[in-house]
Amino acid sequence: MTTPTSTRALTWQRRGRALRTGWRSFRAQRGALAGLAVLLTIVALAVLAPVLTDESQLGIINTMSNPALAPPSGEFWLGTDENGRSVLLLTWWGARVSLLVGLAATLLSVFIGTFVGIVSAHFGGWLSAVLLRFTDFFLVLPSLVLAIALSTVLSRGVGTIVLAIGLTAWPTTARLVRAQTLTVQARPYIERSTALGAGHGHLIAKHILPGVLPLVFANTTLAVASAVIAESTLSFLGLGDPTQISWGSMLKFAMDSGAVTNGAWWYLLPPGLGIVCVVLSFTLCGRGLETVLNPRLRGR
Amino acid sequence: MSDLLTPGDQLTEEAGEEQRPARGGLARYLASKLAGALTSLLLVVLLGFFLFRMLPGDPVQTMTAGREVTAEQIAELRERLGLSDPLWRQFLDYLGALLQGDFGDSFRYGRPVGDIILERLGPTILLAGTATVLAILLGLWLGVRSAWRHGSRFDRTATGVALTLWSVPTFWLGLIVLMVFAVGVGPLPGLFPTGGIRSIDPPPGLLPQILDVAHHLVLPCLTMVAVIFAQYQMVMRSSLLEEMGSDYLTTARAKGLREDLVRRRHAVPNALLPSVTLIFLHLGLVVSGAIMVETVFSWPGLGYLMVNALEYPDLPLMQGTFIVLAGTVIVMNVLADVVYRFLDPRVRAA
Repeated sequence: MTTPTSTRALTWQRRGRALRTGWRSFRAQRGALAGLAVLLTIVALAVLAPVLTDESQLGIINTMSNPALAPPSGEFWLGTDENGRSVLLLTWWGARVSLLVGLAATLLSVFIGTFVGIVSAHFGGWLSAVLLRFTDFFLVLPSLVLAIALSTVLSRGVGTIVLAIGLTAWPTTARLVRAQTLTVQARPYIERSTALGAGHGHLIAKHILPGVLPLVFANTTLAVASAVIAESTLSFLGLGDPTQISWGSMLKFAMDSGAVTNGAWWYLLPPGLGIVCVVLSFTLCGRGLETVLNPRLRGR
Repeated sequence: MSDLLTPGDQLTEEAGEEQRPARGGLARYLASKLAGALTSLLLVVLLGFFLFRMLPGDPVQTMTAGREVTAEQIAELRERLGLSDPLWRQFLDYLGALLQGDFGDSFRYGRPVGDIILERLGPTILLAGTATVLAILLGLWLGVRSAWRHGSRFDRTATGVALTLWSVPTFWLGLIVLMVFAVGVGPLPGLFPTGGIRSIDPPPGLLPQILDVAHHLVLPCLTMVAVIFAQYQMVMRSSLLEEMGSDYLTTARAKGLREDLVRRRHAVPNALLPSVTLIFLHLGLVVSGAIMVETVFSWPGLGYLMVNALEYPDLPLMQGTFIVLAGTVIVMNVLADVVYRFLDPRVRAA
């Protein structure tokens, strides 16, 4: 190994080493690795959907001649819906919206949560007290009830669902980030930095954020899981965009078209199993990451 | 369920909060908690009021849809509903009425919202209560067993099943349960009713009627238990694991106690503490967690009422259910704090 000359190179070398150790410890957990593999597969399939499948078959006009609510057959591996569309194709395309909404909503909530958490821990005083009270208030509000209320009030659509989930899911992140920021701030290098004249911006960007981000990342992975469930729940209640196919809206259409009473299991199972796979994989990855970051959990 | 927190994380927050040295007695502690809860309640009312005012669509138009009405009638209706007053005035009126237990009249049913909510409260408590009790018993039992033999096949299976059920959307599980047990699949006939709380023509006599309701309760209750037991199991498991290496367990074993006595008398009581706090914290959330189960099984409870109110849209009813659902959580949180104080001698002494 060549000896690096600049501090920047040194930093990157240290980060690379930490990353490799983390990966090794993540790899040792079978569940987490399986979750990651399933997740990568689903994401790849969702991204490649326009290349691998024929989008025109999603339009109702092109599928009029197909049998409606037909059980699985050689032509339609997972049967058809009430409009004669292939359930396999719908599930495949539904993954796109479900994943996208889940990720976007999580990004929003993690952003708000990290911001509130760091500000309330770093600045102290009345601002901190108010923010803490605010966080606690949102923490106890039943988030599903609030999300339902929000998505009724705003105009229906994918953006609204992202907003509704993002605006209700941030308090846990905020509490977590606040606690971690307080821990990081107690370390001597922060004091040294302050003594050398570092401002708030420098402290937060260079010292606090790097200390907090790994934890935020693990939390994000777990948060995506709840966001995906929340998305499907809100879409199922008919609060989403009816023209966008997601796993939740598929289940809504399945219920509305009487798939339950007709015993059309091929219409009910695929979207639900899709949700379970994605949520379980994110949960397993998140738990794996937590274990990497918190050695106390190891061996559990 | 998205509504419930990841097992454990709220708990650590609470524990951190509690470990602060108390500056004053129990009375002072309770007073500060109560003041906090009252502020939260006021915020809920404020949020409920202004949030639902932003709803698209005019309530008067919805109410008179499909009927011949004159402009005067519309104006009169607006006046009667207080919709023509300025917003702050409406809020103050609303708050004043609320303090007297008056939630306003439902647009849809034309009856006081408070009465409708009270009617629907019973079924929700029946469903959520039964499900919670069963879920707690099942979760704690599984948690203790898997922690005591952690790493065993039983532990791995139980934890795997819990994590999987945790990842299942409530409403989807409800749909599957509905299809398999109420409609019937293949040779299996429909064993249970598809929805509602009682048959259309209930059998005469009290006992048959109770059995009728119980028959309707089975599927929604089962669905709810399946979704919520996992969190109790995981918390019980991890808090018992914390205790596993403790010295007092070694002492108990050295005294020659049988293994299950060590577990029952020494380990479990100590490990139960975080679980009890969690149970109380979740009691409030359970009511709103019932929303999806009630919707799928058309169970005439609060959650179903709220979803129906959204579709209409019935503004006072939505406000009412929102305030009641959120209020339950706040009240239960105060209870959880108090219970925690009484249960943990260390906190009590502080």
